[in-house]
Amino acid sequence: MGATGHSHDHDQHDCRRYLDGLSDYVDGTLGEELCRELEAHMAECENCRVVVNTLTKTITLYHQLPSPVMPDTVKERLYTVLDLKPFYHPAASDAQADTDQPG
Amino acid sequence: MDTSDEAVLVARLQAGDQAAYAQLVEEHAGRIYRLALRMMGNEADAEDVLQETFLSAFKSIDTFQARSSLSTWLYRIASNVALMRLRRNEPVQVSVDEPLERDDGELIPRQFFDFCCLPEEELVRDEVRQEMKRAVEELPPSLRSVFVLRDIEELSTSETADALDLSISAVKSRLMRARLKLRERLSLYFSHGSISTETR
Repeated sequence: MGATGHSHDHDQHDCRRYLDGLSDYVDGTLGEELCRELEAHMAECENCRVVVNTLTKTITLYHQLPSPVMPDTVKERLYTVLDLKPFYHPAASDAQADTDQPG
Repeated sequence: MDTSDEAVLVARLQAGDQAAYAQLVEEHAGRIYRLALRMMGNEADAEDVLQETFLSAFKSIDTFQARSSLSTWLYRIASNVALMRLRRNEPVQVSVDEPLERDDGELIPRQFFDFCCLPEEELVRDEVRQEMKRAVEELPPSLRSVFVLRDIEELSTSETADALDLSISAVKSRLMRARLKLRERLSLYFSHGSISTETR
């Protein structure tokens, strides 16, 4: 996949052919034939193996990010703005408030 | 919530039942706030997006036709509100309607540091997570919205397409570009131990 300084005995264009399918591959939705081709290619190409492994790991790491929790103050203001204040109840667990920062 | 429960809720909403409005907020506000925070990158803007989303939803509930779930419908409103605000805030730098044309140059992987081999505790450090959040915030909004809905909120491809009013192929294409950009950035980060300001 456009390796810089890494030697393997086939052309970079071979690696580029598989770029479009990588995302589907890590999602398990790539067609069977392309899947076999990519896996055969990866068996020979270390860079492509690294790209697929790190792409998968990147997605896993994002799945593992803690979810930010809406602070009670934000929820309370929302109910006020929506004219629903009589229905507002603070979430018990939010007292711990999320320490996760924006993003 | 199953389909029949949702149909009942929609009917109550369309009849102007205040308790139903409160139920909608109670059930969905947390998710909409998370999306808004990931899109906007700061709490003040996220709160504005949250409020505007529900105000807009309440105003247009009469036109809701159940072609999608309430959840997807709210995600669609929130995504539009967030993207409009981003466009308004940064009219020059941000192209909300980023062209779909591929620039192969930007997609070609250049970093080959295999950070999968790092100890797990190294990968989940707070500093790493802050870098991951910055990396998402710095994606172009058109890629960020797809990535957040698909890979963070874990909507399906078709739900993401529905929420963003995109084709399935556009979602897949943008998701791939977002993922490759984030992989590249994390690879660089882990290979250097940290990322220099020049590379941002």
